[in-house]
Amino acid sequence: MSFKSTFEKYDWDILEKEIYTYSSEDVKQVLQKEKIDLEDFKILISPAAKPFIEEMAQRSSAITKKRFGNTMQMYVPMYLSNECQNICTYCGFSMTNKIPRKTLTDAEILKEVKHIKNLGYDHILLVTGEANRTVGVSYLKNAIELIKKHFSNISIEVQPLDQEEYEELVAEGLYAVLVYQETYHKATYKEHHPKGKKSNFDYRLDTPDRLGKAGVHKIGIGALFGLEDWRVDSFYTALHLKYLQKTYWKTKYSISFPRLRPHEGEVQPKVEMTDADLVQLICAYRLLDEDVELSMSTRESQLFRNNIIKLGITSISAESKTNPGGYSVEPQSLEQFEISDERSTAEVANMIKSQGYEVVWKDWDKSFV
Amino acid sequence: MKDILKIADKTFNSRLFTGTGKFNSSQKMREAVLASESELVTVALKRVNVQNENDDMLAHLKGNHINLLPNTSGVRTAREAVFAAELAREALQTNWVKLEIHPDPKYLLPDPIETLKAAEELVKQGFVVMPYIHADPVLCKRLEEVGVQCVMPLGAPIGSNKGLKTIDFLEIIIEQSTVPVIIDAGIGAPSHAAYAMELGADAVLVNTAIAVSQNPVEMATAFKIAVQAGRMAYNAKLAPVRKEAEASSPLTSFLS
Repeated sequence: MSFKSTFEKYDWDILEKEIYTYSSEDVKQVLQKEKIDLEDFKILISPAAKPFIEEMAQRSSAITKKRFGNTMQMYVPMYLSNECQNICTYCGFSMTNKIPRKTLTDAEILKEVKHIKNLGYDHILLVTGEANRTVGVSYLKNAIELIKKHFSNISIEVQPLDQEEYEELVAEGLYAVLVYQETYHKATYKEHHPKGKKSNFDYRLDTPDRLGKAGVHKIGIGALFGLEDWRVDSFYTALHLKYLQKTYWKTKYSISFPRLRPHEGEVQPKVEMTDADLVQLICAYRLLDEDVELSMSTRESQLFRNNIIKLGITSISAESKTNPGGYSVEPQSLEQFEISDERSTAEVANMIKSQGYEVVWKDWDKSFV
Repeated sequence: MKDILKIADKTFNSRLFTGTGKFNSSQKMREAVLASESELVTVALKRVNVQNENDDMLAHLKGNHINLLPNTSGVRTAREAVFAAELAREALQTNWVKLEIHPDPKYLLPDPIETLKAAEELVKQGFVVMPYIHADPVLCKRLEEVGVQCVMPLGAPIGSNKGLKTIDFLEIIIEQSTVPVIIDAGIGAPSHAAYAMELGADAVLVNTAIAVSQNPVEMATAFKIAVQAGRMAYNAKLAPVRKEAEASSPLTSFLS
């Protein structure tokens, strides 16, 4: 049993048609409800719900405050390597891009750690491309071992691994794994991932199942917006979330909302997602699920991020570098994607405080692992 | 598509399960069970004379559509429950068992620890295990993990007829469960049963409210209709309860 069997019960085209034919009457009905289910979620992400965005935002804001209080969790990514044997048409690290490749050594990792610690972070997200020989499980294990005395909470966003490999990393002190399906549209997925291990759609689709079985504390899922219709992709993400919550009930979940940003490669977004669309989606997720963590990266603009604090987001990064060694080792090297909000960590923290929220740096303890 | 409930290898047209205790005669019990159209009927092993092939209660439960569900009522530990289930399997020729372990003879509240232990053992032995438990969502997941075929959380203390007092927990269980959820115990009126079905319960088990009614046959019919109505309403999706909107400062004006 895995998510694949649930996934296959749904048809992309039928879903798309449904989502685009709802009326404002349907939306009004849903907004009267106490509990929002997956069918309601479909209606809340439809074009018909657009005029109700303020009402959704009010509700999302209130629910988030009820569940999470006036707090915002801070995290920061640390890129360990840009080596990659995949072709992902939209990614700066794609194998065919002629860029200098770099994998951090132990000394370089510690140098970056020192810089990041000075910014105040205690929750860190390690990121790599997919290059099993250089940045395989043993590299990741070593990296976790190196940094774990400096951070209370370690997450990774790397290539999908096998269950046993995840188990090894969890034993080493890994807390969470983020793995985005990019798109749940199989044909489009193939188009954007023509080569490398990542071209295997099903293996990626069942990665959260392997994570659940491996007992990872938190699993982050999401779709990369721009590859396909964001509404249908988000429905599948919500379906995935609900399946995972039922099946791996001891695990926490988070959702991210990456929108395609310009980079070294050629691909520009096929389907546009406006700021209002993204707000609508964030609120719809919160109405669907009171407890899921909603995470916001520095891909988004300063204005957007300032205003999203109150809308349902529960964790946020700042001052991120998306190149290996970007903080202190090689600040000038090429990024995976351009970040948009370039404010310092302190500036972002102050912005959050000024809105009446406590900035949370530590919300885990390594003795729990 | 026909709305059929499936538990293990059996399918059920009726989502009302009934019991056989507390009736004033076996004849009355039979009439009520038939009127309810229930296809799964619990029988307390302790009430059956397993030595006697012509046991009065069993004789009154003959019928092609009636499946017997022996329960372990009376046992106080996992060990006793496993023994009772084995005995029931032999006597009633069924590997289905309603697992009830209530060490406390007053309120008959189920012991979660013994129930989990017994469930694990019985599943290993090939039983279809239907555990009677508190409306405890975590216990439900733990039972799922050991392989029970459904969960039977209580709505209120058994025999109390108080309705769905555990509703907040029942809602979580229904939302999270990957096996059928059957609300057992506490359902005292057809309206309670309909409410349980509207919430999305897969079935309800009603005994006392039918057996102790002035007219068990009519009450059984009333429960049958209520369960059907509740299920139908669940499938048709209930209209929302109207809420008052609250005015507050705008959150999305930055978008324009």
